[in-house]
Amino acid sequence: MSQSIAKPGRGMTPAPDHPLAHRARRLALTLWRHRWLYLLLVPPLIYYLVFRYIPIYNAQIAFKDFFALKGVEGSPWVGFQHFETFFKSFYFNELIFNTIIFSSAKLVLGLPIAIILAIAIHESRFLFFRSLVQTMTYLPHFLSWVIMLGLLLALLSPSSGMINDAIKAVGGNPIPFLTSPAWFRQVVVGSDIWKDTGWSTILYLAALLGINPDLYEAAEVDGASRWRRIWHISLPGIIPVVVLVTLLRLGNILDAGFNQIFVLYSVPVYSVGDIIDTWVYRSGVLDFQFSLATAVGLFKGVIGLVLILVANQVAKRVAQQSLF
Amino acid sequence: MFKSFRRDELGFQLLINAFLLIVLLAIVIPLWRVIMTSFTPLDVYMKGGTPMFQLPWQWSLGAYEQLLTHPTFPRATLNSIIITLGGTALSLFLTIPLSYALSTRTLPGRRIIIALILFTFLFHVGLIPTYLLVAKTLGWSNNFLAVIVPPAVGVTNVLVMMRFFEGIPDEIKESARIDGANDLQVLWSIVLPLSKPIILTIGLFYAVYYWNEFFSPMLYLNDQNLQTLPVLLRSILIGQNFSEYVDVDVSQAASIESLKSAAVLLTMLPMVLVYPWIQRYFTKGTLLGGVKE
Repeated sequence: MSQSIAKPGRGMTPAPDHPLAHRARRLALTLWRHRWLYLLLVPPLIYYLVFRYIPIYNAQIAFKDFFALKGVEGSPWVGFQHFETFFKSFYFNELIFNTIIFSSAKLVLGLPIAIILAIAIHESRFLFFRSLVQTMTYLPHFLSWVIMLGLLLALLSPSSGMINDAIKAVGGNPIPFLTSPAWFRQVVVGSDIWKDTGWSTILYLAALLGINPDLYEAAEVDGASRWRRIWHISLPGIIPVVVLVTLLRLGNILDAGFNQIFVLYSVPVYSVGDIIDTWVYRSGVLDFQFSLATAVGLFKGVIGLVLILVANQVAKRVAQQSLF
Repeated sequence: MFKSFRRDELGFQLLINAFLLIVLLAIVIPLWRVIMTSFTPLDVYMKGGTPMFQLPWQWSLGAYEQLLTHPTFPRATLNSIIITLGGTALSLFLTIPLSYALSTRTLPGRRIIIALILFTFLFHVGLIPTYLLVAKTLGWSNNFLAVIVPPAVGVTNVLVMMRFFEGIPDEIKESARIDGANDLQVLWSIVLPLSKPIILTIGLFYAVYYWNEFFSPMLYLNDQNLQTLPVLLRSILIGQNFSEYVDVDVSQAASIESLKSAAVLLTMLPMVLVYPWIQRYFTKGTLLGGVKE
């Protein structure tokens, strides 16, 4: 790379020309000065164009009858027909309900456990034990859902799972947790909490560490008990983070955990386990209903965008902080 | 040690640490169970399933031996390694320049580009439009590129790295520019050496993603020779076609449960090995922004 590239404009006195021409020249100069940065931007921007924006362009088939032979452009327009099919279908309510029930159960049950865990870690004086707990509870976040399936089977398999062994030992009948409609939702929510609660405490721990230690000392001098200090200092200290996390999760409420459910579910539990994303996969990729599946995906995308923008606005108002 | 606590303090400490112990056991017991099952010899397993504890000299390596001596499991491991290394390299190749260019606040067009990138982060059109692009338009079925390229840039990783680059003092970069270095040279010889920790961390996060990814290899790689470790692991776990990945003639060496557990642990192993490096950085708070995802 040559360093001696001519630098136009250097040393030239700007001509007393039209202000607009002057500004254009200044802009050209700034662009030229940053030419290497623009060069760096070329590969990532091509990536974004091809792999993020062409799919958005392809999403027009939601309003078309897509035929593979005719391609995205050549397929005939049909308006909102596929959206109507989806709204009127028998699975519409089921998919929306399942999606929201999974997201909200994970949030409502997981959040208090995460807060309690964060406070317990923060308060524990046994430093080695404390970091051992942190290390072990963060670990599952990095395990894939296929590995999680292996761990769940080790606990829940009717033939050899640890929990079913215990049930059999006390004379009960083994329960097929993963294939039973009565148990599948509990398994999904429980395993999600098992996997990610530890990881989610990181944010709360950071907030707890950010609390001014003088507050605790002052409270101690005033004779406040441990519990009162947690209630009046620790909890208020992490509430902004709790609000932010909750808003973000509400903004993403239609993302119920595709990777998890896709790995864990099976035909017997479709009625209680099927979410929007798994349905889009099956109807699109397996049943070739590309347009219908795209319409459902687009519907979810638009609602999701609106929700996250609303959540962001609320976060700005309530916590004086934006999510992104 | 206990004497240093006030009276109400002792009870409090016992209570919260008991709670932490329960949480710890809830995490450790399933892992322990899988480890024990993988090492349980067939005859022990046949008599009474997996024992809670076995002495190391009672362990059997039969399950590991069976998986690793048949060509299928090593083949899938190799495929996963290729995808992980290739994917991580491509991700960094795209993420570092993008983050560096966008960390220059005076760059005209910076805000527009950030807005375009954030928009794709907030607005998803679902699986099918990408599937059509990758499988039909590009024709990448049974091609590792289908798994490597589409997810290559993660917005949160870009934002974290951008914030790190912004934190590098301008004076350092400026002094190099005065010496005649252009932006590429500043990035290569000044910024990158200062950014090794963040690059290692983001690289590990990408590597974890590629190693763990199950759905896209399942979707795009149908050829048996191209299947990745998570895809193979799932067929092992749900008990499909055992003859395809273990030698049936010698299958007396371990129970099917031991095979499943050994496969889980072998797939987990790289994650467990790199985990200390990942942990070193996320506890420092560098990655708090990235946690949002």
